[in-house]
Amino acid sequence: MSQFSSSFWDVYISVITLVSVVACGVFLKMQSVRKVSGSGSETTGHTWDEDLGEYNNPLPRWWMWLFYITIVFALVYLALYPGLGSWKGLLGWSEVGQLKQEEARADALYGPIFDKYAKEDLVALAKDPKALAIGQKLFLNNCAQCHASDGGGSRGFPNLTDNDWLYGGEPKTIEQTITNGRNGVMPPWGPVLGTEGVKDVANYVISLSGGAADSIRVARGREIFAKNCFACHGADAKGMHAVGAPNLTDKTWLYGGGEPTIIQTVTKGRQGHMPAWKGTLSAAKIHLLAAYVYSLSHGAPPGQ
Amino acid sequence: MAQPSLKVITKQQQGPGESAEQALYEVRRKIYPRAVRGWFAAWRWALVWATQLVFYGGAWLTWNGRQAVLFEIAQRKFYIFGLVFWPQDIIYLTVLLVIAALSLFLFTAIAGRLWCGYACPQTVYTEIFLWVEQLIEGDRSARIRLDRGKLSLGKALRKGAKHAVWIALALWTGFTFVGYFTPIRALWHEVWDASAGPWASFWILFYGFATYGNAGWMREQVCKYMCPYARFQSAMFDRDTLIITYDPERGEPRGPRARNIDHRAKSLGDCVDCGICVQVCPTGIDIRNGLQYECIGCAACIDGCNQVMDKMGYPRGLIRYSTEHALENRLSRAQMFRRVFRPRSLIYLAILAGIVIAAGTSLALRVPLKVDVIRDRAAIAREVAGGEIENVYRLQIINTTERAQRYQISVSGLHDIHIAGRAEIEVEPASSRVLPLELRVHAEREHLTPGTYRIEFEVQAIGVGAGKVKVEEKSVFIVR
Repeated sequence: MSQFSSSFWDVYISVITLVSVVACGVFLKMQSVRKVSGSGSETTGHTWDEDLGEYNNPLPRWWMWLFYITIVFALVYLALYPGLGSWKGLLGWSEVGQLKQEEARADALYGPIFDKYAKEDLVALAKDPKALAIGQKLFLNNCAQCHASDGGGSRGFPNLTDNDWLYGGEPKTIEQTITNGRNGVMPPWGPVLGTEGVKDVANYVISLSGGAADSIRVARGREIFAKNCFACHGADAKGMHAVGAPNLTDKTWLYGGGEPTIIQTVTKGRQGHMPAWKGTLSAAKIHLLAAYVYSLSHGAPPGQ
Repeated sequence: MAQPSLKVITKQQQGPGESAEQALYEVRRKIYPRAVRGWFAAWRWALVWATQLVFYGGAWLTWNGRQAVLFEIAQRKFYIFGLVFWPQDIIYLTVLLVIAALSLFLFTAIAGRLWCGYACPQTVYTEIFLWVEQLIEGDRSARIRLDRGKLSLGKALRKGAKHAVWIALALWTGFTFVGYFTPIRALWHEVWDASAGPWASFWILFYGFATYGNAGWMREQVCKYMCPYARFQSAMFDRDTLIITYDPERGEPRGPRARNIDHRAKSLGDCVDCGICVQVCPTGIDIRNGLQYECIGCAACIDGCNQVMDKMGYPRGLIRYSTEHALENRLSRAQMFRRVFRPRSLIYLAILAGIVIAAGTSLALRVPLKVDVIRDRAAIAREVAGGEIENVYRLQIINTTERAQRYQISVSGLHDIHIAGRAEIEVEPASSRVLPLELRVHAEREHLTPGTYRIEFEVQAIGVGAGKVKVEEKSVFIVR
């Protein structure tokens, strides 16, 4: 009970508990036999409503011993386990300890299954149906909430099946993305470019993917792009894996490719966050997961 | 009926003055039931054999290369011959319990505690343990003598032998019980290698101990103090329920007499007051005091009394199955048995038959395939190349057969709705797989306004010997 600075409450609760347990025993002893006036009385002696009595239908004696056994059990239990204030118990048991023990047992049981795969090459694993079945389960349990069950992503969460990568699609890179997570930042350009400037850039970006755009705005937007956006998206607008800047020429849109959406993206910026999984999943599991993600854009259709 | 727990007494009944110590816990009086033969004892033994052959033997049967009856809790699969039950089939367990409860109501309404007297494991194992006891220590009087006698080598040997046989029987029972939850053949080898897991060992010893303790030591105490059924059964009795009764009109006044005198002339009833009915009673009651809650309806007293009646040359049935109604109104046996078909039992029977038929039909028509459709919630609808709207679903497909199966998935409900990618999946025997599936529809071409549309998945087994295994599951498609 570390939250209390004095041991008063420890003593308080321990005394109450122990006194109660012992009192139960004393009470039981007192209530096993009683004195009755008059001989051969068959009733318990209680009288209700002037003349209602109750037959004495006693419990068997072994039943009484069960009561005493519960008292002994309580005392043994309180000695073995942490139940009295800050007393840790003779067994040294704790919930955290039990969890650790169960985790260790599960690791010993299932660890070898994953370890076998951990040593294998990721590209080879992406063709192994058994490895993919495990990878799929991991994906459905941990990743599908954002990236959808088929890995197709949703607004703001990248599609993992189209072989179009923000940070690169090399096996090592995928593994690293899952392990350490990613923070994608598109800064807000509204204050810098102004409403018209943003609209011009948006039109230019639309034109990169072959969309219908205002040609005058496209021309103006190209200049703004060359001055401001090239640093991350590259002069050819094909993006940069090192900072996770998307390719703007491939008709693939993370937040949507309509003019209003692009204007909003440029004006207010975007914050993409992929959490790091290294604390949650073991390296071997991440390896399998990466193989599954790799397989999504390399031939193996999901679920097969 | 049991003694009423409340009675009206007057204060004057409690004499003043003297005081006495009264124990509030009763010291147990050991009961030595005397062995009995007869029609009902034969029935009891027949049921001992029937239930125990099923119990001890059932675990060893093989079906489809696995244990025929196996409740695999770790894998959450119950195998009962050709059927494999999954957690989703919990309704069948519910139905089974409802059937068990209704059967109990029906049997109890008709003939009292039939379950207690003939089929309850407590009765059955007590019967077996008593038989062992009698074989080694002798019948009632010999046992009483043995218990009262001083400790001698003979006594120690007899007692030791008895307990050894009891413990062996009990351990075998515990082992068999656990064998229904973990494959019994493997368990058998593990027990011999002393390599059984800690939980399997614990449960074998636990159920072994329970059998030994309950059937060897506790016996009628279980029925009297532990079993709730003993206490609520009276609510299921009525005046036409067949109960084991002593006929006081015929039997009283009771008393000993010579065999060849005319006892009627001496104004004696048919009861010779031999006490056999009390000696054979496994709960140690005197049935001549009327129906008591301790009576488990085993009918040992009927057999015992009939033997005496035969010896005396009196008609049988001084103690017999009868009803309150029949005793009061002196109904003939035919009249009494006709009242078995009274509204109460007919209603129980009708409900029971209805549920049994419904459960049987449902089991017979059970499709060995389960499908759950879970719509992805994060991505409501997304636009894909070509202007199509895509929704993502997760299909959990559970193959409850014991062969690998291939399934084909199709979808209907919207014109031109189709599955992107492959719509087939292979599922291992008795296992489940999850299939993420994308549905697409060209909303503009189909003139679909944003909203929710009802669709239906159809999962069908294909391939050789697949039969007509098909499941339809509803879901929705969202256009936005």
